[in-house]
Amino acid sequence: MDGLFTLIVSYLRQLARQSVHVYRKDMLVEWRSPSRFLGVLFFAFALIFMVAFASNTTDVMRRQAGGSIWIGLLLASTRSLDQSFAAEMEHGALEGQVLWPVAPPAIFFGKAFANASILFVVGLVLTPFALALFDVTPRGSLLELGAFLFFGSTALAAPGTLLTAITSQARGSSVLLPLLMFPLVVPILMAAAKGTSLVLLPDVMDQSTAWLVALIVFNVIHWPLSALLFGPVVEGGTH
Amino acid sequence: MKSFKWENAVGVFALLLFAVAQYMALFTAPAERHMSEVVRILFVHVPAAWIALVTFTLAFIGATGFLITGRRGLDWFVEASTEVGVVMTTLLITLGSLFAKPTWNVWWVWEPRLTSTATMLLSFVGILVLRSTVRDADRRAVFSAAATILSFVNVPIVYFSVRWWVTVHQIQSSPATVDPDMVFVLRANAFAFLFIAIWMIAKRWRIAKMRGLAETAPPLPPEVTA
Amino acid sequence: MADSPPGLVIDDLARRYGRRWAVARISFQVAPGVACQVTGPNGSGKSTLLRCIATALRPHHGAARLDGKDIWAWRRTMRRDIAFLSHDSRLYEDLSAKDNLQSWARLGGYSANVDALIERVGLDPKRDDPVRMFSAGMRRRLALSIALMKQPKLLLLDEPFAALDPQGRALVIDVIREICATNAVVLMATHHPEEAAAACDQHVRLESGRQVVA
Repeated sequence: MDGLFTLIVSYLRQLARQSVHVYRKDMLVEWRSPSRFLGVLFFAFALIFMVAFASNTTDVMRRQAGGSIWIGLLLASTRSLDQSFAAEMEHGALEGQVLWPVAPPAIFFGKAFANASILFVVGLVLTPFALALFDVTPRGSLLELGAFLFFGSTALAAPGTLLTAITSQARGSSVLLPLLMFPLVVPILMAAAKGTSLVLLPDVMDQSTAWLVALIVFNVIHWPLSALLFGPVVEGGTH
Repeated sequence: MKSFKWENAVGVFALLLFAVAQYMALFTAPAERHMSEVVRILFVHVPAAWIALVTFTLAFIGATGFLITGRRGLDWFVEASTEVGVVMTTLLITLGSLFAKPTWNVWWVWEPRLTSTATMLLSFVGILVLRSTVRDADRRAVFSAAATILSFVNVPIVYFSVRWWVTVHQIQSSPATVDPDMVFVLRANAFAFLFIAIWMIAKRWRIAKMRGLAETAPPLPPEVTA
Repeated sequence: MADSPPGLVIDDLARRYGRRWAVARISFQVAPGVACQVTGPNGSGKSTLLRCIATALRPHHGAARLDGKDIWAWRRTMRRDIAFLSHDSRLYEDLSAKDNLQSWARLGGYSANVDALIERVGLDPKRDDPVRMFSAGMRRRLALSIALMKQPKLLLLDEPFAALDPQGRALVIDVIREICATNAVVLMATHHPEEAAAACDQHVRLESGRQVVA
């Protein structure tokens, strides 16, 4: 019993160490090619701009602000996920990591958290611009707004990373990723968008906390589940 | 294909049961007080909803089983039940929409039950598209199993959406809240749908199996001497 | 499997792609400290064979064993002892040579002297250049240095001479001799049997997925 415990602890420590190194490697790749991150950022920015053009009155725009930010982040996430796996697939580095060996859950945690970080930073930069464009002054606390951006980013990144691992190995990946990801993340997107809107607008019934809890629940479901499924997916051809 | 297939017996029984249940639904069941004859759509709408959720649950169980055991039969089962589930969900949404027009006066409302059902349908359609784009049988099986398990996360949301949010769509009825005659007709229809679904899944499984065997190499050739 | 001899044992290995058996009924042995070359025309199954041994693919029949242990069954631990230079370089385009090596060393927890490795493959003047600017031969050298980081018990090389200049090919021969000296097994697929013969004592020939007597 004691031996089993030590075994589990040493496995978890190994997993944590490898996850950190995968994360560092992913962030280093981002750091060395800033044009990738900037591309994603301006893509999200352009989307927000288009939404602002499409809505006719300031009143409608204000109520749409929260949703628009999340539509921008969702579409931006498909771009950044695609890029992050393109770098892995270009010279077979993903397979290389499996054979190295890096435990597949560690590859997942590292990459998913790297993607979440990028999304979170895009959200942090994007939100002030969006608030200015849509003429919104947040009524709720900025800390809560940050919490929605953070947990929303992580909730999108977990299933997104798993699905991109699948689509990047299939043909026509750029169409397939949105097709699989968008319906799947609708509940996450709804929680994030409604919650963000409630922070931005008067929250008379104090419902925003409930949406934050919902987002955290999605994180609790999707992170372990996607980490478990990642192994079979990256070893797909070998099953 | 001369041998007798068990699912054909299920199919014949299912169609007979369906005919009887539909006759009861259309002619013998009492009309509802407020909504009159329109309510009869519910005798097909509600069973379609139940069976859609059942088939997706079967797909989820098959996918989990496949990832654990790696048996190809389970992959064919995932393909079969996902496709039948998509058909059932399409039927469910179409019937629901037909029912919504006379009762809510709109074809579609953006509320949690309808939205979550529509997204559930889309995500399983996505899995069918995924299956059609991956050529390698091993990868296709693993990818669609993983995507099926992930998509199943949203299925309980569909079921519980009417309880978690206050919406237009009415909450699940229980035998206690429904006229006993209607309960019986509803159950008869539900079983008819269930057996039809089993029949379709079995048929579809056989097609998947034939395709699967057709794309696999024949057994390893014997030792050759150079 | 206690009677299985040390070194690499390929036992009736087969792998199919769709309707075709890419390799079938491959059986041979390589003793520790011996290098073996696998030759054959394009599409004869050399890469598939190597990928099966490297656990990038699961064998559909038979097994590969290293020191008596089934490689596929024990892949979680055996992968640490197997280095594989594949057609894919495993490199990240945007990282420098040094960053690439350092990332791989950290990922596996291998305590490697990154600078010495870069020098070994003759890339020290370019260590801080992004791989994007590297030629095919330089990428091959860098990929080789990543494989060497492991100090493997089994080194698999898939056409290591491809894109390399004469000095690079001499380096590969050198590396094979050095690895063999540590009592490890080397298995290489190549189209240059004469050149490989300088380091390889054993020869397996494949034709359309079948082993032919060399």
